[in-house]
Amino acid sequence: MANSSNGNYAIKADKLSVYYGEFRAVREVDLGIEPRRITAIIGPSGCGKSTVLRALKSLCELIPSVHTEGKVVFGGRNIYELDVDPVEVRRRIGMVFQKPNPFPKSIYENVAWGARINGFKGDMDELVESTLKSAALWDEVHDKLDQSGTSLSGGQQQRLCIARAIAVKPDIILMDEPCSALDPIATLRIEELMHDLAKDYTIIIVTHNMQQAARVSDFTAFFSLSEDGKRAGTLMEYGETKHMFTRPEKKITEDYITGRFG
Amino acid sequence: MSILRKRGDFVESEQQLARRHARGRVVLSVFQLATLIGVIVLVVLLLTIIKNSFGYSAVQNEVDPESLAVNGIPLESLTKSQLATILQANVSAGLFARFEHDQPIAERDAANIYDLIQEHVIAPEVEESWNLYDSLTKKDQILVLMNEQYPDAELQFLSWVNWDFVRSQQSSHPEIAGVRTAILGSLWTISIAIFFSLPVGVAAAVYLQEYARDNFLNRIIQTNINNLAGVPSIIYGILGLAIFVRAFGAFTSGVAFGAADSSTANGRTILSAGLTLGVLVLPLIIINAQEAIKAVPNSLREAGLGLGASRWETVWAHVLPNSIAGILTGSILAVSRAIGETAPLVVIGASTFIQVDPDGPFSKFTTLPAQIYQWTVRPQGAFHNIAAAASLVLLVLLLALNATAIVLRNKYSRRL
Ligand SMILES: Nc1ncnc2c1ncn2[C@@H]1O[C@H](COP(=O)(O)OP(=O)(O)O)[C@@H](O)[C@H]1O
Ligand SMILES: [Mg+2]
Repeated sequence: MANSSNGNYAIKADKLSVYYGEFRAVREVDLGIEPRRITAIIGPSGCGKSTVLRALKSLCELIPSVHTEGKVVFGGRNIYELDVDPVEVRRRIGMVFQKPNPFPKSIYENVAWGARINGFKGDMDELVESTLKSAALWDEVHDKLDQSGTSLSGGQQQRLCIARAIAVKPDIILMDEPCSALDPIATLRIEELMHDLAKDYTIIIVTHNMQQAARVSDFTAFFSLSEDGKRAGTLMEYGETKHMFTRPEKKITEDYITGRFG
Repeated sequence: MSILRKRGDFVESEQQLARRHARGRVVLSVFQLATLIGVIVLVVLLLTIIKNSFGYSAVQNEVDPESLAVNGIPLESLTKSQLATILQANVSAGLFARFEHDQPIAERDAANIYDLIQEHVIAPEVEESWNLYDSLTKKDQILVLMNEQYPDAELQFLSWVNWDFVRSQQSSHPEIAGVRTAILGSLWTISIAIFFSLPVGVAAAVYLQEYARDNFLNRIIQTNINNLAGVPSIIYGILGLAIFVRAFGAFTSGVAFGAADSSTANGRTILSAGLTLGVLVLPLIIINAQEAIKAVPNSLREAGLGLGASRWETVWAHVLPNSIAGILTGSILAVSRAIGETAPLVVIGASTFIQVDPDGPFSKFTTLPAQIYQWTVRPQGAFHNIAAAASLVLLVLLLALNATAIVLRNKYSRRL
């Protein structure tokens, strides 16, 4: 598949399949993510985008019936090897969820908690301030850090979740449709924020919004259901966003991007 | 003017709409009726208890308490030594010697001696009591009856539940019997039950909800817990008798710890009762706590784990704080049930007559409901009055517990 890579991936899925019980939701995905770039994952509902994100983060074990096949290579290791601690993987791969889910604790604590449990010994006030600044939230909340994170607006909550994620200094940030519950202005702010964060982090964003994918991402991965009737999510096409959106290789990609299905 | 019309396969007509509304009204009145029945039952229950807790009584004193006053100071305000003198002057030497033997007069306090005077000198006796309803509506007949049958007795309007009733110990005379021992027994057993079942129950709930995989064994365990919650309480009594009283008698009576006195060395102690009640409410606490934990949105767990927290860190920092209100409410409701339990305690051996206050886990005990039960089965009318009065005390205790539940819930839910 089209890929301008030099082989130094931030994270790489290697024949990754994910099963819910007997049902294979994701089939043999090969996907190498470029470091410090924004990669968008697009595709119709139910094609396994969220499942792939979870699998990259070793977060599947929350769902009892899940099992994975294949590899996810991160930091030179396959994270599904038994001696790799998922707790460490999860710290180094942050996640922002579709629905903003701040802890029902103070704004300060939302940012500080992750750092504290991960053994942060520095100046916590400073960390909270710099993190909230990186998340473009400081100006709005600096005088109410002790208020509950859930008292913020949807867009602010989502930026708080981003702040929470970057407070533990991950290598990669996964975002699962982070703007789908937000209004256009809040969406714009998050997109600007993603641009800033891409200087330091590798970002993978799942989005339903073609314009958003085109606007923010450097690379785009298009997932769709396999055409063999088994309805397994498959990686159809992967490449630089500008190519994908102008000259897609596959007909199905073009159909999806131009809104003819999905 | 109707906005209804036929559209496609939808046959909307005024009659049809009216029928749907009528059906709704029928269902609504059924719900209202059900609520009404519930309210009526509650009111009747309360009225029955209140009816027997207040009313006129024909009281016959051996000695008029006013004649015992010294220099116009009424009996209840006298000093301990004055009371002791009165006691000695009015009971037989043998009886006085027995008091001295049970506990030296010098070591007793004024209230205790006052109780002895009440019981053995004044010795009020209720010849007949009338319930509140009769007292209010048939006072004339009662007065006539008094004159005919108890010319010497005094007609008093008694509130059977009063401060003396709460602070007095048991007695074979209903006039002076109280529920202090039973209240203390209830508080002791309940405390032990909570102490045992709350940590165990919450820990089990956390395990089942947060850790246990959905496999055959765990499903069997879950089903069993659900079923245990429905087992009749008397079965728990039998279990408590077999295990806590018999098998572990040495521990529950305190012999193993060298803490027993000769009167309680048989395992029928506060500890056995508390543990039995604890086991009884354990399934309820587990189920309630599980429900509370289940109500914590999964997104919080994902957020916690997603930051690189371990499972336990996530549970401790997010799941428990967000379910604690529900856990507490559920647990207190479960404990309220335990407070009212009678049968298992009678089975494991609540004392039928006990005048010593429980002073530790190895004491003999009775509890409020056990006491109510024992008084209710007595033939004398006045015992029914104090049974009703004790029921009121029990109700107040339950109300206090539920109020605590509400306060705790509000306190902790505000934090979220
Ligand atoms: N917890 C689950 N248990 C069983 N099946 C699931 C679960 N989550 C997702 N699936 C299934 O996996 C497939 C992919 O889901 P998902 O990854 O959420 O898709 P997307 O995010 O692309 O909309 C869907 O068919 C969905 O029904
Ligand atoms: Mg999704």
